Amino acid sequence: MTALRSRFLWPLLGLIALVAALPLVTNAASQREDFFLIFMLVILASSLNIIMGYSGYVSFGHIVFFGMGGYVAFWLMFTFQTHLLVAALAAGLVASAIAFLIGAPILRLRGAYFALATIGINEAMKSLVTNFEPFGGAVGMFFNFSVYDAYGGARSAAQLAYVAMAVVALATIFTSFVIKKSKFGLALMAIREDQDVAMVLGVDPARAKVQAYVISAFFPALAGAIFFFKSGIIEPGPAFELLRSIEALVMVMLGGIGTVAGPIVGAAVYEWLRSTLITTPALSSFHLFIAGLLLLVVVLFVTAGLVGFLRHRFLAVRRYVE
Amino acid sequence: MTLLEVKGVTLRFGGLVALDDVSFAVEPGELVGLIGPNGAGKTTLFNAINGVYPITSGTIAFQGMRIDGSPSHAVARLGVARTHQVVRPLADLTVRENVTVGACFGREGLGLDAARAASVEALDIVGLASKRDELAAKLNVSQKKRLELARALAAHPHLLLADEVLAGLNANEVAEMLGVFRTVREQQVGIVMIEHLMHAVMNVSDRVVVLDHGAKIAEGSPQQISSDPKVIEAYLGDPKVAERFMAEAR
Repeated sequence: MTALRSRFLWPLLGLIALVAALPLVTNAASQREDFFLIFMLVILASSLNIIMGYSGYVSFGHIVFFGMGGYVAFWLMFTFQTHLLVAALAAGLVASAIAFLIGAPILRLRGAYFALATIGINEAMKSLVTNFEPFGGAVGMFFNFSVYDAYGGARSAAQLAYVAMAVVALATIFTSFVIKKSKFGLALMAIREDQDVAMVLGVDPARAKVQAYVISAFFPALAGAIFFFKSGIIEPGPAFELLRSIEALVMVMLGGIGTVAGPIVGAAVYEWLRSTLITTPALSSFHLFIAGLLLLVVVLFVTAGLVGFLRHRFLAVRRYVE
Repeated sequence: MTLLEVKGVTLRFGGLVALDDVSFAVEPGELVGLIGPNGAGKTTLFNAINGVYPITSGTIAFQGMRIDGSPSHAVARLGVARTHQVVRPLADLTVRENVTVGACFGREGLGLDAARAASVEALDIVGLASKRDELAAKLNVSQKKRLELARALAAHPHLLLADEVLAGLNANEVAEMLGVFRTVREQQVGIVMIEHLMHAVMNVSDRVVVLDHGAKIAEGSPQQISSDPKVIEAYLGDPKVAERFMAEAR
């Protein structure tokens, strides 16, 4: 694949890996926590971008895969003492399977109807889990502290979670890039631009969209598994939080919809902004207001987002940054 | 083997009969002109052939295989390519990417690299090579028409359905496009061409099929068609068109 000889992908992944290694080397716990969260957001935004940016299907309920993944993995670890990495992979596969089953019917819907359906699915999943006793119902599940002994104690369990999150983030970015540069990605973008024309040109839209949806569901499930492993507790509310879904959407728009770098930039900028606002006493209750305002500004004035804007503006950026 | 065989095709939208028992055939390397007054069902016939609209009755066979009932992406893969009368570029993709889609998912199903090469070739043929890195949205109408054609040709189809490719082009451009059609036809590609420019149709067509109110009212050589009273009558709804039609056809 010529795409893998990219002058953009490897430097980008290398840079992110370096940044990820920083708190491990300096042993800075609070920085590690910050990066942990940013990597999680990168996974959410970047995977959302595959279905929303490349295929043009705006999903408001992308968080459902994060929640499902978290629950499946947590249940496996809780009930069978499954290792985190195994449980996370299993969770990813379950999320992809769910996406495969619901994808065919809901991806027939276009525009706002699809967006609404994704919200409905998230809410339905949330109430299903709330009433599902094996998953702890409304109370959820929580680990006994001794669970972390298998990982060499809570401290190294947290470190494992951090490394795992960073690796999944790198894998998500890698996948996003490879899709964008592949024949499959071209099919998705053709569908985004005009599904009927794509079909006349030979693209099977139903198949391509379901494939994209299945891939985009896999990564947030891994993120959910790792996140709730580290928290030690999972409840329906935080697992299927619609707000987080919308925040991921803002990140994609802010950074640049349909670009590889956009969701990364969007996640980092958004999280930096959010934490700055939340720790500024005068502004702490306004961070959602400002997030909303930001979305409005992007949608109204810079529809291409930060990365998209720079790509449009500067040829050099367009040549190197995807 | 007959490339395309349309037999007794009828298409109803509710009470409206858009196509009424239409039959015609296309051989490899043949250029068939499809003419008729506005609303005669020409574009609808294209939509029926490439699977955009399901037909009500009749059969459509491509290289001896039934294709009625197949989705349009399956028909495209067999080697039927088309252009749209109202241009439909994939606006946010570059010109080259547009054409690459045709090469990737058309008859040959090329890999990305081979498809890129095929797309450059197709853009060369229609004279759009210099615009290949522009966004498709930025092209003017005549360039978008060429883009439609390049996208169809890049698939290396066996059958090309060209829907008013010449409309809106100036005399030089029309001559160039007709040259493209001749080249394509030499490669044993069958072409069905919907066109209002009578002199163009009469010049390049091997055979002309005339539709009116969804039904085929005449079929024959350009000479036969231009002197067929039924055809002239069909156009008489608009006397000016009839006059021009007769004058241009001579």
